[in-house]
Amino acid sequence: MDWFYELWPKLGEAFRGWLESALPDSIEGWVIYLVLGLLSMLVIVNLPIVGVMAMIYMERRLLGRFQNRLGPNRVGPFGILQPVADAIKIMTKEDIVPNGVDRIVFNIAPIVMLTPILLMFAVIPYGGDTFLTNLNVGILFIVAITAVDTIAIFMAGWSSNNKYALFGAMRAVAQLVSYEIPLLIAILGVVVITGTMNLNEIVAHQSSLPLILFQPLGFVIFFVAISAELNRSPFDLLEADSEIIAGFHTEYSGMKFGMFQLAEFAALMGYSAVIATLYLSGWEGPGLPGYLWLFVKVFFIFGIFVWTRATLPRLRIDQVMALAWKFLLPLSFLNVAITAVEVVVWENGLPEWLIPVNIVIGAGLVAIMHRGLNFQGQTRQVVPSGPERLAAINRPVGGGTE
Amino acid sequence: MYGLGIAKGMIVTFKHLFRKPFTVQYPEEVVPRGSRFRGYEFTWYEDRCTGCASCAKYCPLGTINIVTHPEGDPKQGMDYAIDIFDIDTGRCMFCGLCVEACPYEAIQAGGPLDDATYDFESLYRDKHKLTEMAQEHLHGHDFTYPNGKQAPQPDEKPLHIGLPVERDRTR
Amino acid sequence: MVKTNGDAKLTLKTEEVMVNIGPQHPSTHGVFRMRVTFDGEVVTELEPIFGYLHRGSEKLAEERTYTQVITLTDRLDYLASMSNNLAYVLAAEKLAGIQPPERAMYIRVIMAELMRIASHCMGLGFFINDLGALATPLMYMFREREKILDLFELVCGARITFSYMRIGGVSGDLPEEFMPALVKFINEMPGYIDEYEALLRENEILISRTKDIAILTAEKAINASVTGPMLRASGVPWDLRKSDPYEVYDRFDFDIPVGSTGDTYDRFLVRLEEMRESVLIVKQAMEQIPSGPFRALAPALIHPPVGEAYAHVEAPKGELGFYLVSDNSIAPYRCKIRAPSFINLTVLRDLIIGWKLADLVVIFGSFDINMGEVDR
Repeated sequence: MDWFYELWPKLGEAFRGWLESALPDSIEGWVIYLVLGLLSMLVIVNLPIVGVMAMIYMERRLLGRFQNRLGPNRVGPFGILQPVADAIKIMTKEDIVPNGVDRIVFNIAPIVMLTPILLMFAVIPYGGDTFLTNLNVGILFIVAITAVDTIAIFMAGWSSNNKYALFGAMRAVAQLVSYEIPLLIAILGVVVITGTMNLNEIVAHQSSLPLILFQPLGFVIFFVAISAELNRSPFDLLEADSEIIAGFHTEYSGMKFGMFQLAEFAALMGYSAVIATLYLSGWEGPGLPGYLWLFVKVFFIFGIFVWTRATLPRLRIDQVMALAWKFLLPLSFLNVAITAVEVVVWENGLPEWLIPVNIVIGAGLVAIMHRGLNFQGQTRQVVPSGPERLAAINRPVGGGTE
Repeated sequence: MYGLGIAKGMIVTFKHLFRKPFTVQYPEEVVPRGSRFRGYEFTWYEDRCTGCASCAKYCPLGTINIVTHPEGDPKQGMDYAIDIFDIDTGRCMFCGLCVEACPYEAIQAGGPLDDATYDFESLYRDKHKLTEMAQEHLHGHDFTYPNGKQAPQPDEKPLHIGLPVERDRTR
Repeated sequence: MVKTNGDAKLTLKTEEVMVNIGPQHPSTHGVFRMRVTFDGEVVTELEPIFGYLHRGSEKLAEERTYTQVITLTDRLDYLASMSNNLAYVLAAEKLAGIQPPERAMYIRVIMAELMRIASHCMGLGFFINDLGALATPLMYMFREREKILDLFELVCGARITFSYMRIGGVSGDLPEEFMPALVKFINEMPGYIDEYEALLRENEILISRTKDIAILTAEKAINASVTGPMLRASGVPWDLRKSDPYEVYDRFDFDIPVGSTGDTYDRFLVRLEEMRESVLIVKQAMEQIPSGPFRALAPALIHPPVGEAYAHVEAPKGELGFYLVSDNSIAPYRCKIRAPSFINLTVLRDLIIGWKLADLVVIFGSFDINMGEVDR
């Protein structure tokens, strides 16, 4: 069973051995290195594409069940080939470039959008020895490289020569830039505890207990901020279909539109993996090999994203900004400060009794900071009578006179 | 406050995750229709029709075209022979007023919805096409009319004028 | 337009954007069109444009017999055809002096109230959909609406364009399988309404998106002749079922939900509670319904005496009135429809200006208009 647990490194080794024996001796070593590197890149690039198909299927089925219906079930058994059908459809669709667009910017925007997302998968550890690069500033790299997406969205919205797209792009810039800050500062809490930005080491640090227990508030902030970064409900203002049709990609069709969708879902997958790595002890887990554990966690987090999307209405742009600046930002600073104090006081690792204390502190801080937001929670009453009325309405009736 | 309302809503959607879907998968499973369903199988029974053209007068859109001429021995009571009876179902809105208007229940609503065609021509139904459809319906439904009443068997003497059915509006 | 910030050296050029929202837009509830001027995200000017669905129902009615006009009324507010039928039939009965039998009146009340539940389901569902809840509440509400449409299908054989009511009664008596189905549905429905309430009523996002948004004062509502749930949300307890009881509404015991502020949240709550009240009315009607004829003995082609008649009902969207003039022929000489959706739209511009783009669709959704009725 060892091969199952170390599948990818073993595969790499085997392929290297085969290459060395198959190629003539005159070929230099760096060629083999290059071929191996390109191959592993191919695997990493195709991973999100395959994963996105699974996620699209999962989202549509889950949304269907949340809405008390079935979801796609026609193509293939249980509809599992639906994403394939979608992909074929979107690739064979006519690629329309409307009149009056800035053609160059319009055409490169999807590429600019997709590339950073694919780069993100290079540093995520899929297992103890399964990763593409062991970057010592891994988490910083991920946040920095995905911030490029803001520019891509703005390019798409601006070049489309469409007012709805422009609205979407403007909202995107405001929202994405704002949420970068609480996002980064929430990550700082993890970095303060683990003392490293290397994702492999962060996972290694969580081999006993996942960091969500020590960073409950940081996890909540990170989760909310990442929902906003990924345009997930309730922060899906950039492509609010009921307001601005499809936002920045209103004018896109065919595979360019497909690339936007792909980038969006791949970012979702990548950031779910980041959440799993930072807070849920990454690929660590009993029984299954690391790369499977990571994907179990990724799909679990993705399920929560789908759940919120199925339930929540959308916020308004000023409320979204207020949430970022008035609520999440101070909370994340407080979180970093408290974490720093804890780390200084208990130098040799945080004691376990801090877990409930941290949860209480987090809940208390949320309750206090909540007042700064103008989120009114009071409902109203519109009918005069009280419980007797409800009893009259709920009383069962018989068959009438017939 | 504090997101409790959101949590309440999330629980409601979570409960739905384990509920049986309320949708039906159409081609395999068809929702049963009520007996009064005003569907596409718009049948006309020539043996019941007297050519009084009530249906044509009642039709709000004038989709029914009927031409008759008097026939028979005047001493024994005249009869109308139906030369043309056309329904342009392409223009029909299935309001059911003609069904209600007919004193002899010669035109009846009922049947399925999934009778899509590729051309408008086949939506224009003349006397023969309508009779064909009506006979098809009778053979497929054990000689009951769409309104649930028993029709005469094919070998029986055709029901014609002189056998007025008492007007019954409950069906 | 160039705005300068006073005496500062920096001159920031801003430009207002004019956007055509509709006629093909996901949240214009049909083919409504708004020509909106935005300053950033804020609406500064709004011009409603409609008529894309104009079919000339009022003129067509002059060429049809009184019975045939019923089929036209189905197509006014196609989410509440039964109420339209009822309003027209009441006007025609008033004109011709026909008194429907008691059972027919009860059947009509049951149908109208079921229709109100179905219409409010759609109104609320699409309102929440405009808020961005990705169709989940809408799908739940569709589920209940389907059950109501199944009931209607049992009764009259159609699901949208019923043409069920007739001058002097209804087209057919309740079939025997109807009452058990109605009992089953009406006993389930309060549970479903509780579910909507748990899902939506206390949701902080919904509250912060709707509370104190687009306040319609009672004074302005009355001046603009707004009716229906919108008027009641503004705090005016005006419901034709109470203030001018038609049919047998005076025999039922029910409340009128009345809002206090007149904001979007109140309009939402009033509709939610009205569904409960409709359930209550249907339950009482089911217990009181007498047996007997379902249709008065009226000629098929009525020739009402020369004169005029106006009858109005509390349709789900507001006061729906039919004004009929007769010249003693088989067709109305004139038929004027007072469409509540159309008249409620008069306050649209006042309510929306000053709010943001995201509020625009929500406020518009809270009107619960239907373009079939607006354009007629």
